[in-house]
Amino acid sequence: MMTLKVNGREHQVDAEADTPLLYVLRDDLKLNAAKYGCGLGQCGSCTVIVDGKAVLSCVMPMVLLEGKQVTTLEGLGTIAEPAPIQRAFMEEQAAQCGYCIPGMMMRAQALLQKNSKPTDEQIRAELEPHLCRCGTHMRILRAVHRAARLMDTADALPAANGSAR
Amino acid sequence: MRASTRIIAGIVAVVLIAAAVAAFAIAWRPAIAAIDPPDPQSFDTALVKRGRDLAAIGNCSDCHTPRGAKNFAGGLPVPTPFGTIFSTNITPDPETGIGRWSEAAFRRAMRSGVNREGQHLYPTFPYDHFTNVSDEDDRALYAFLMTRQPVRAAARENQLSFPFNQRLAITGWKLLFLRHDTYRPDPKQSAEWNRGAYLVEGLAHCGACHTPRNALGAERVSARFAGGDVDDWHAYAINDQSRSPVPWTADALFAYLREGWHPDHGTARGPMAKVVSNLSSVPASDVRAIAVYMASVSGTTPGRAGPSEDALTRARTASQTNSVGASIYTAACASCHEGGRPLPYGGVDLGLSTAISSPDPRNLANVVLSGIDAVEGERSPIMPGFAASMNDDQASALLNYLRARFSDQPAWADLKKTIADARRTQTVFLQTSPAPRNAPADPQQREKP
Amino acid sequence: MNAPLIIDRRRVLAGGGALIVSFSLGSGLAQQQDAPAASAPSPPGSLKASPYLDAWIRIDANGVEVFTGKAELGQGFKTAFQQIAAEELDIAFESLKVTTADTRLTANEGYTAGSNSMKDSGTAIQNAAAQVRALLIAEAARRLDLPAESLRTADGAVIAPDGKRLSYGELVAGEMLHVQAQPTSKLKDPATFKVIGRPVPRVDIPAKVTGGEAYVQDMRLPGMLHARVVRPPSYGAELTECDTAAVEKLPGVVKVVRDGNFLAVVAEKEFQSIKAMNALAAAAKWKETASLPKQDDLLNVLTSLPSQDTTIFERSNAAVAAHKTIEATYTRPYQAHGSIGPSCAVAQFVDGAITVWTHTQGVYPDRQGIAEMLRLPPASVRLIHVEGSGCYGHNGADDAAADAALIARALPGRPVRVHWTREQEHAWEPFGPAMVTKLKASLDDNGRIADWNFDVWSNTHSMRPGGAGSMLAAQHMAQPFAVPAPRPLPLPEGGGDRNAIPFYNFPNARVVHHFIAAMPLRISAMRALGAYHNVFSIESFIDELAILAGADPVEFRLKHLDDQRGRDVIEKAAQAFGWKPDQKRPPDRGYGFAFARYKNLAAYCAVASEVEVNRETGRPRLIRAAAAVDSGQVVNPDGLINQIEGAIVQSMSWTLYESVTFDDTRITSIDWQTYPILRFNSVPESIDIHIIDRPGQPFLGSGETGQGPAAASIANAIASATGKRLRNLPLTRKRIKEAIDA
Repeated sequence: MMTLKVNGREHQVDAEADTPLLYVLRDDLKLNAAKYGCGLGQCGSCTVIVDGKAVLSCVMPMVLLEGKQVTTLEGLGTIAEPAPIQRAFMEEQAAQCGYCIPGMMMRAQALLQKNSKPTDEQIRAELEPHLCRCGTHMRILRAVHRAARLMDTADALPAANGSAR
Repeated sequence: MRASTRIIAGIVAVVLIAAAVAAFAIAWRPAIAAIDPPDPQSFDTALVKRGRDLAAIGNCSDCHTPRGAKNFAGGLPVPTPFGTIFSTNITPDPETGIGRWSEAAFRRAMRSGVNREGQHLYPTFPYDHFTNVSDEDDRALYAFLMTRQPVRAAARENQLSFPFNQRLAITGWKLLFLRHDTYRPDPKQSAEWNRGAYLVEGLAHCGACHTPRNALGAERVSARFAGGDVDDWHAYAINDQSRSPVPWTADALFAYLREGWHPDHGTARGPMAKVVSNLSSVPASDVRAIAVYMASVSGTTPGRAGPSEDALTRARTASQTNSVGASIYTAACASCHEGGRPLPYGGVDLGLSTAISSPDPRNLANVVLSGIDAVEGERSPIMPGFAASMNDDQASALLNYLRARFSDQPAWADLKKTIADARRTQTVFLQTSPAPRNAPADPQQREKP
Repeated sequence: MNAPLIIDRRRVLAGGGALIVSFSLGSGLAQQQDAPAASAPSPPGSLKASPYLDAWIRIDANGVEVFTGKAELGQGFKTAFQQIAAEELDIAFESLKVTTADTRLTANEGYTAGSNSMKDSGTAIQNAAAQVRALLIAEAARRLDLPAESLRTADGAVIAPDGKRLSYGELVAGEMLHVQAQPTSKLKDPATFKVIGRPVPRVDIPAKVTGGEAYVQDMRLPGMLHARVVRPPSYGAELTECDTAAVEKLPGVVKVVRDGNFLAVVAEKEFQSIKAMNALAAAAKWKETASLPKQDDLLNVLTSLPSQDTTIFERSNAAVAAHKTIEATYTRPYQAHGSIGPSCAVAQFVDGAITVWTHTQGVYPDRQGIAEMLRLPPASVRLIHVEGSGCYGHNGADDAAADAALIARALPGRPVRVHWTREQEHAWEPFGPAMVTKLKASLDDNGRIADWNFDVWSNTHSMRPGGAGSMLAAQHMAQPFAVPAPRPLPLPEGGGDRNAIPFYNFPNARVVHHFIAAMPLRISAMRALGAYHNVFSIESFIDELAILAGADPVEFRLKHLDDQRGRDVIEKAAQAFGWKPDQKRPPDRGYGFAFARYKNLAAYCAVASEVEVNRETGRPRLIRAAAAVDSGQVVNPDGLINQIEGAIVQSMSWTLYESVTFDDTRITSIDWQTYPILRFNSVPESIDIHIIDRPGQPFLGSGETGQGPAAASIANAIASATGKRLRNLPLTRKRIKEAIDA
């Protein structure tokens, strides 16, 4: 048993030290956002934030997480009260199948937390570890720029409802 | 650089300046008359082609084409103990490049480290090796560069502290360290060996990284190829002090330099990745010659037979311990390094890793923290970086575990500092250093068990 | 392609001067409809095969639900269908619910493929909705005793002139909607559309960006187990030895399932199943056979295999004389769908019946395959589509569904989730087939194309299930099912010959399809099928001819094209790009143009692109692209733009980087190291999509229309930048450098 802090809550998790975080998030904590894409650190689908930094949860063993704070996409906001990054991705309709998107959003979130006004070049460089197969890249870039603006402006209020309504 | 070294270096430099001023008459170089940029069509195509290969052997693009820059337009910051020097524009742009340089001016720069205007160049431009380049090869290099796309990009001002910002200081350096003799073949050796020696000592300037430097930044003649520093990477000893678990042979060197990887040694990375990616496009005979010569330099040390199969098996099947390092290894490293995949995609058998056996842990720290990026659109090994996943304690635990399990060497000292430094320096390195222009060669065929 | 396989062959009997069309529906269709006796002409879209209105729209006191037999694959048409239904039913968009492919609930629409979803299902929903609305008005008229013309509909209710409202839920009673569709519907005037034609935000995105349960990969049923398959190392490998005892003792392991060469392990927790899979893989010994062709010689490999040759198009006009002739050969390697999320399925076997949750593109065909594999009546097999990662054609989805079914049968009662590994997806998915095209054409004295010869060699482009033999699990069982014999897909849509017939007007033309039955690599449908390579070849060669004629590529195309809608998209794309004849290019940059009408009968698309080539390294970079598309009536313009944008980016990746690699025995491209696709540093600066809307015109679909034109446009831009023509896909940095240095 070890204690894992995820999205502000502490969980007692029965996992071996070498279990990758991804499987604990999905299997034990029933969280959906971090996705299995390759298990090899080649595609970025499993990205979450640990202590403010984007990490690949598929190659992040539990032993490294003692005392650290994990944030997943679920921890940022909800459909009813989306975080700026979530609102931005909804407003830009930045998804096709969307499987790669949560990982991209987490890396973008980590970037925006340390650099609130990244250049286009910086965003591209930051997202380099991430693959998207549908070709949604242009929208993803626009969404990250939009998220930067939303986070930057005081009126970054949650949308009444960011969904299709 | 430690303060004491800085003081000593400063004193020496002042003395050198004094000496240089005294020797002003011999230090002074005239400008060579500017020419109208030659018509690219006026150069012989075969000569340009030869120049292209030579430029690849010289690894020119590594310094003169930084990440995101136009080909050969310069601008790479080269950190030295004396400050930052920026590489220059060597495209044929008449205003900001070498468009107005005659061949004589180009040859003088290669031979004497003096630009067309007569200014001395800092020896980050490795003219201490280029003195060995033949007239004929300089002509081909000139033809190649003068037929490139001209790019208007003014050189950035070097950021050097006094007295190193005085170009006159360079003349003193040259008096002490620059040998003007050109390469002379050794009649006792084969033509191939001599070709290799000519390239290694000259244009390829291997010693610039692999030979340690003295306090004034000159290669230590007494320690040729004993291992040096570049971009906060350790350039391994490639003489008889090499620590590679399996000794290098000419065949292994050839494959490594040509393909970018070798099953007994792993995949070239860091600054060496650019070298091998350049060498992949040049005539195989030249790479073979370099390999033959370097194999004779590294020699075969008596008693060095490489790790026994037993030792490797022991390391591979080490009983799982509950240490932090072991757990990190199992989840983060083993899925690839023990995945049974052949190189270059499978990750080197860590029992064969020079990085783990090396006395200097920086390369291992660099790779673990920063990983290996994908080469754009090409089959290439990818390793995720773990800088964000591990704190310094955890990375130390992993490196200690790897060292203990996969080498017979003593534990490294001061690992945490190495790791902290690597975090800082690799961020800069990866932002400025050019991406390898191509990936390690794809084996196409799977190695049959 | 369409999927006529499941519905029994339609028989058209001419009698008494009228066409009598009879149907036999898949027996598992929930409603168990009797074979309807529709009169000619038949209703449009998928209503033809599933004519009962309540197969599409059901209304009760709880609200209005729309059903489609198509599967949402990330194209966003669930939203588009909802828009269509809301529009024609006069009901608020958000009050509708759309249910997608489920063999118990929805019509059998075969596969979700061929850019046909809007044409098939969108059209069916539109007409069904219009007819349902008419029925509701008629019912209200009856109840209120008012003339139907005096009633209007709004917000889910019929409204009388005096303001009295009868909600749809109140109006529907009994079997009112269980009636056959009429051949024609009174559709709304497009000028009055309020929902169709608007960029309504997609209904699936909010869950996807907030960590909702959005994919089959996210399913967690009570008591669910995790399974992993250990696939053979190569095609045809036989499992000779496997000591499973040690694996069975591993923590959490519930069962090792072995059936011939099919090997899998089931565990309580997911990571336990992965550890067990690795141990099982290490214990398994296989006998492999070298059966693969030479990867670097596909041109000769394909053209020397036996082929069935059909002249699919011939036109001659002896009056036009050839003046200058050129010929060229183009090749395409095997390419992978490369879904980011490996295939996954969940299955549960209870009381002799099985339910499978799958991201297949065809729940009905898959049901047939799984029923056959498990020797169950189809009625005992239910397939429910749940979204997966984007598939772009026939990837591992159907195989994962079969895996889950076979494993779940061994563990009655417990739901079993199977998730493929990255390596399995790359090695075992059915690839997009390799292709060879040979072209020969002449110009006449006036610089017009006088004759045109086009030969294409390829496999079939669909080995989708329908029978068990198409699924890996069934092929690997101790009593295996044979892979069905491949068949060329029929024209006009075609397979390997899709878009092989030129859409231009050439006085002399001949097109031959060399269908190759032998499939050295496992192949099937990949986005656009043969159209990707055929359009790449045709549109590259058109540029070669334009250069020969000294003509501007855009003008040259227009000169040979009569179709006005085609001309419109060409002119729109050229204008949006800023295309000018003889325009000056920055150094090392090139401009390229290409056009096609997908399948020669669906959407029109033209793409102009600007590419930069690094002369030292050969590295190409798409700088920007502008495209125009005419997909008929537009339902969701943002969805359409998203599709075309994505098509250009994905096609760029296929075109510049991608090829499956293999040695004589194994597939060697098994992850993102060995099968690289584009990353962010290759993404263009801008992509600019322009839609030509055609209000009231049929929906033409859009998912696959961009692949071919984007490829050719980029190839033409590379030729323009370097002066060298590359004809072998992918147009890699190395090949470009070799061409520059040559």
